[in-house]
Amino acid sequence: MATPLTATVDLIAKFPDSVTADTRPGYGGFIVKKENLVEVATAIRDEFGYDLLTAATGVDYLAENKMEMVYHAYKTTGGAGLIFRVQADRVDPVEIPSLVGVWAGVDFQEREAYDLLGIRFTNHPDLRRILMWEGYEGYPLRKDWKEPFFEEETKPFKSRWPDGQHTFAENKNPFRDNLSFPEGFDPEAYKPENEDDLYASLERFRSKGEDDRLKTDHIVVNMGPHHPSTHGVLRVAVTLDGETITGLKPVMGYLHRNHDKIGERNTYLQIIPYTDRLDYFNSMSNNFGYVTTVEKLMNIPVAERAEYIRVIMAELSRIQNHLIFIGMLMNDLGTMYTPSLYAFEERELVLDIFEAVSGARMMCNYFRFGGVVRDIPDFAIQKIKDLVHERLPAKTDEMERFLNENEILVARLKGIRVLNAEDAIRYSVTGPVLRAAGVPYDLRRADPYSIYDRFDFDVAVRHNGDMMDNYLIRFDEIRQSLRILEQALKQIPEGPINSQKPQYQVRVPAGEAYGRIESPKGELAFYVVSNGKPNPYRYHVRPASFVNLQAVESMCIGTKIADFVALLAMFDIVMGELDR
Amino acid sequence: MENEKLSLPNYNIPEDLENVVAITTIDRLYNWGRRSSVWPLMFGLACCAIEMIAAQTARYDMARFGMEVMRPTPRQADMMLVSGTVTKKMLPSIIRLYNQMPEPKYVVAMGACASSGGPFKEGYNVVAGIDKFLPVDVYIPGCPPTPQALIAGMIKLQEKIDKQSIKKVRWYEKGKVDSNYVPMPILGPDLIDVRRNADIKQAAAIKEGA
Repeated sequence: MATPLTATVDLIAKFPDSVTADTRPGYGGFIVKKENLVEVATAIRDEFGYDLLTAATGVDYLAENKMEMVYHAYKTTGGAGLIFRVQADRVDPVEIPSLVGVWAGVDFQEREAYDLLGIRFTNHPDLRRILMWEGYEGYPLRKDWKEPFFEEETKPFKSRWPDGQHTFAENKNPFRDNLSFPEGFDPEAYKPENEDDLYASLERFRSKGEDDRLKTDHIVVNMGPHHPSTHGVLRVAVTLDGETITGLKPVMGYLHRNHDKIGERNTYLQIIPYTDRLDYFNSMSNNFGYVTTVEKLMNIPVAERAEYIRVIMAELSRIQNHLIFIGMLMNDLGTMYTPSLYAFEERELVLDIFEAVSGARMMCNYFRFGGVVRDIPDFAIQKIKDLVHERLPAKTDEMERFLNENEILVARLKGIRVLNAEDAIRYSVTGPVLRAAGVPYDLRRADPYSIYDRFDFDVAVRHNGDMMDNYLIRFDEIRQSLRILEQALKQIPEGPINSQKPQYQVRVPAGEAYGRIESPKGELAFYVVSNGKPNPYRYHVRPASFVNLQAVESMCIGTKIADFVALLAMFDIVMGELDR
Repeated sequence: MENEKLSLPNYNIPEDLENVVAITTIDRLYNWGRRSSVWPLMFGLACCAIEMIAAQTARYDMARFGMEVMRPTPRQADMMLVSGTVTKKMLPSIIRLYNQMPEPKYVVAMGACASSGGPFKEGYNVVAGIDKFLPVDVYIPGCPPTPQALIAGMIKLQEKIDKQSIKKVRWYEKGKVDSNYVPMPILGPDLIDVRRNADIKQAAAIKEGA
């Protein structure tokens, strides 16, 4: 089942001077010289056909005195990916050429690497901090940077284990709080940074040419971070010409909870409950993505019964996520709460199952390396069967009957463009939004993981790329998930639920792994670098919402502000995953 | 005063008015009105917000306790439910919302993160508990608290409201209207709590020398 680490492509034959194979044990792919990066990347996209750049991850190799950017490129027709990386000396400032001109979808990820690792991307059009604020001191993901509540490099901390001692972290910090200031800092003399750069960047898409229309002042509107329709604490700065959007920038980081940094201090097992809190609607899918990645590194099999349990949980999770999406979309369109109440009613039934198997409604913490933590009780299997065979199909039909032909809904959704296929691929958009634009790209088929190759299902795809298609494709996906569930429930074998012995410290050989799954929101991927120790050396999440949101800027220019709320809803963003 | 005694006061109610007039204390009437219509601010931060929504839906139905009218604007809200991790970047917005709420106002810290930082406490962008800035009335443990736990917390808040007396509440005291005003923190090299400027200056000066 294992897909190769990287595709076999003769990149070295084409660029003998600038590309070398990465020969470090456990690593794969190619190392590209910094000077030739853009040229090689263009060839990878145009000549080799890797049109979808899913992840760009920065890694700080402190011991080798290098900074590295790792790129994972895939074909939208499916198959293994191509890993290429570029290394730069760890001097100040670290400079790497930007790839925004080749794949527009690296925009936010490069800004993230700039924000957290301090890598400067030359020729990046809008290089500002993205998760932290301008003026924040330091680059937190650098290995020599220590957070204010720093205690030790790795967990478990010696002070807590095995004796269970605890002291307040506040007492160890000179500022008696989660704070750290440079030496000699005077808060009274400090002038905060302003947001001029943000507002200047809003002008990026404004046409510079003369036009003979009446000149009016544009107004800047800040939606959020406290706004009912931004699905959390997202802030969007918009410039408006009347009602028409002329510039738009998402501002994020209001829920940046330092997932990567905490993850690098944790042991492999300790990370699982943190992944629950990424996309908090789908903790099961997040667990799935993370354990798949680490299992790739550890190269262990998964117990047969556990594979089926995992698929059942992930698909149930997808169904409730899409139902909530539909309910929340209706909220945004103005049908305040009634459709949501229908959606939440079904969601509660799915959460009952999660609670029965894992003990928690939302934060399930259910998957383990090699299997799952406990078996499904018989009554839960019966409950799932009732849901899958009786209730959910009927309720999905009912929702469609109530909503699909509603005059207002059709007027608001039909014919309003979201994305076409080229733009979606260019911006690395994945998930239902990409499929509604006519690209049948579903990782369960394109790059099968777990046991999805055993099931008979169709990749839901629609071709208009308007809001109506984006809405209808969620119903299609619910139906396909139900098909998978029916087969999984029929085929699920008896047997052990974990191929490994229960253990607190897993042994992970040195190397890197990039594991990706089709989460309900798109491609959820984890990039883990291990150096053989009990903690990951680098742990990075490639969330679907974060990368998908890049397309929102160009697609909203020229639309009305009232449609923007619905357009944003199409991406089904969730802030826990977006900001991490 | 206990319930039974209230109905049997020592006042002489004329016989023809006995079924028409009821006697109670002004505190009870005042608190009964307030506790039965606590309007929360429609304000979700993280995972806990989803359970907050779930508590409002059909199965749990927080409307039974008069708490379902979510107000998107702080100027119409009585209670701020801090539902999720408070980050340093978000904190100034939360303080601004709090300062805009009219008295009487209450703060409920929902979940481990809002109470203490929870699992994310060690994070460099996380405020270790909203109580470092706002006066919290009720803490609800859990990660996230179940809807039942949230409703239990809301009932605790109602009990707290019941115990307040109109004579002593701070929002009717002369010259103390803004007693709960919280100065806005500043986002500098790190989060600057302006109430602690002197401390910060002192600690930053001796940090390396010590």
